[in-house]
Amino acid sequence: MIWKTIRQIARNGIRTEPAPDIGPQAQAEGARIQTEVLAILGRALSIRMVDAGSCNGCELEINALGNPYYNIEGLGIRFVASPRHADLLLVTGPVSRNMATALLRTFEATPEPRLVVAVGDCGCDGGIFGENYASAGPVSKIIPVDVLVSGCPPPPLEILRGILTAVRRRV
Amino acid sequence: MKMAGVNVELQALAAPVPIWHAAVAADDWRAAASAVRESGGRLLALWGSAFDTGETVSVAYAMADGVIWLELPVPGSPASYPDLLPFFATAGRLQRAVADLSGLQAAGTQDTRPWLAHGAWPPDYVPLRHGVDATQTFHDAALIDYPFVRVEGDGVHEIAVGPVHAGVIEPGHFRFSVVGEKVLRLEQRLGYTHKGIEQRMTQLPALQAHRLAGRVSGDSTVAYAWAYCMALEAAAGCTITPRAAHLRALLLERERVANHLGDLGALGNDVAFAFGLAQFSRLREDWLRLSKDVFGHRLLMDCVQPGGLARDLDAAPIEALRRQCDAIEREVQLLRTVYDEHAGLQDRFMTTGRVAPALAAQLGLTGLAGRASAQAWDLRSDHPWPPYTQLQVKMATHSNGDVAARVSVRFDEVFESLRLIRAILSELPGGAVQQAIHLPESASRGAGWVEGWRGEVFVALSLGGAADAHRIRRCHLHDPSWQNWPVLEHAVIGNIVPDFPLINKSFNLSYSGADL
Repeated sequence: MIWKTIRQIARNGIRTEPAPDIGPQAQAEGARIQTEVLAILGRALSIRMVDAGSCNGCELEINALGNPYYNIEGLGIRFVASPRHADLLLVTGPVSRNMATALLRTFEATPEPRLVVAVGDCGCDGGIFGENYASAGPVSKIIPVDVLVSGCPPPPLEILRGILTAVRRRV
Repeated sequence: MKMAGVNVELQALAAPVPIWHAAVAADDWRAAASAVRESGGRLLALWGSAFDTGETVSVAYAMADGVIWLELPVPGSPASYPDLLPFFATAGRLQRAVADLSGLQAAGTQDTRPWLAHGAWPPDYVPLRHGVDATQTFHDAALIDYPFVRVEGDGVHEIAVGPVHAGVIEPGHFRFSVVGEKVLRLEQRLGYTHKGIEQRMTQLPALQAHRLAGRVSGDSTVAYAWAYCMALEAAAGCTITPRAAHLRALLLERERVANHLGDLGALGNDVAFAFGLAQFSRLREDWLRLSKDVFGHRLLMDCVQPGGLARDLDAAPIEALRRQCDAIEREVQLLRTVYDEHAGLQDRFMTTGRVAPALAAQLGLTGLAGRASAQAWDLRSDHPWPPYTQLQVKMATHSNGDVAARVSVRFDEVFESLRLIRAILSELPGGAVQQAIHLPESASRGAGWVEGWRGEVFVALSLGGAADAHRIRRCHLHDPSWQNWPVLEHAVIGNIVPDFPLINKSFNLSYSGADL
């Protein structure tokens, strides 16, 4: 049994791809990003993800960041279970009114300086759901947002680009 | 057609799956519920509607012959209708949601706690009432406390989880009553992602609302878009081309494979077998990337549209799609052997989160989780519609009803879907993929019923005529998670708390789909 497991690992090798370019001023190779994250934070970047009412499409793509191709942990970025351990909140929307209080409390529980990245068209501007009795619309209606990542849903690389942009902006 | 024991004439809708509609009186409503239960039928969906002519409550039953949609006018204020909970366990939360959204009460029902309404809008605002102001918003409303059922006794304590969960998943609240590590009772409170989808549907043009339908639950976008389009096409008397039907099925099966690959990896990870997550998430990524290349979207959103599809499939990528099926099949076969032979993993999977077939039948467990508990229904083989009529879908079932059974059904369904994709590609008819769709002059209704990866997605649509600008008067979107969430509460009884994430993942139910 273990032989099959090892053979499968060996046959596939390392599938991780280069990290995305976040602009001409930052030639973002994996090592460089890692160095930057370390320089800015002195440790790994910790992210608390909050689904504030999404359709789950964005979560699927955020989860994909953990697959071997994007290997987000290899860049020194990890998802944590509590906002109290987080440097950055990754928030998807639209923010349902039933989740607005929970989102606000999560934000308040995150130590400063805290970064917020809104992921997806709905998190950016309410998207197709808009605003109504049940949907408060964009994330920025509830908490301050540093970076917007549009797309429905945005592909994993765009989400990663948004995270890195937010971190760089705080340098 | 007539329904046994009930004095109503059923009208067939022009959908490719058998669906009948009838208006009924209160006595027939009760008689029908009893007759359906006697004959082994299932409660599929329940919803309220409000028209200029008055309010109605509708129920859809899945029967051996197809779906029967019964509509009962409910005059009076406060309007009420006969309680279906004595006949079907599934009715409970559905009736509470009808009370929240449509203001219609199930007469004499015990549990009248709000379900989707958490206090974020005032109780006198009824979102789906006729003539309601859809632009109205409320900013100062305070959320209300929810009276959970308390378990008391020596050493019993509560664990409250959510709505913000520890992982990258949707929000909901779970209240565990435990002794030591053992779960005595789980009570769910959902509705956190309620974003007013059904009210929003009535604000969108009928020919564009498939985009919103495709975002009820992002992992089932093809199933929802197809079910909505099926309902709209039935209302408009439009038959899609054989090529469009084949390509829609191709997308639906690709969606099924994508989700099963993701779940099989996550289930390995939940028992600390990270190898499984790495391998399956790699396969899923390969799968999504080819979807992007060939169909223009990783999750296949907005590919299905009224009258057909947003884009045709060229000849060139067919070989790539076929080759990918072969490659994925080889790898998944190998990974299945690894899973099957891994003693530690099987020890965690087997007997965990068990739903025995009798309990599954009693509670109305459906879809993939239902098939793992011997509830042998799959719309694709029970009531095949084009192109499934030519494909002879082999249903995957299991009778153990534990995590291992739900894993096993997923493996079987991956292989069957790969076979179906190859069959669809080799039998792909020529011709157009888009059919002109003309919305009817007078008011009409339609329904769609599609076997998504999680289970049956059902859409009921009432469309206005030309005088009403072809407005969507009501569109109800039903997710199979409504049926299965309450069963999860039973599945965890007697299990240990650390196994809850595993059991939960093995069902992988939608929050957004059932919160609407």
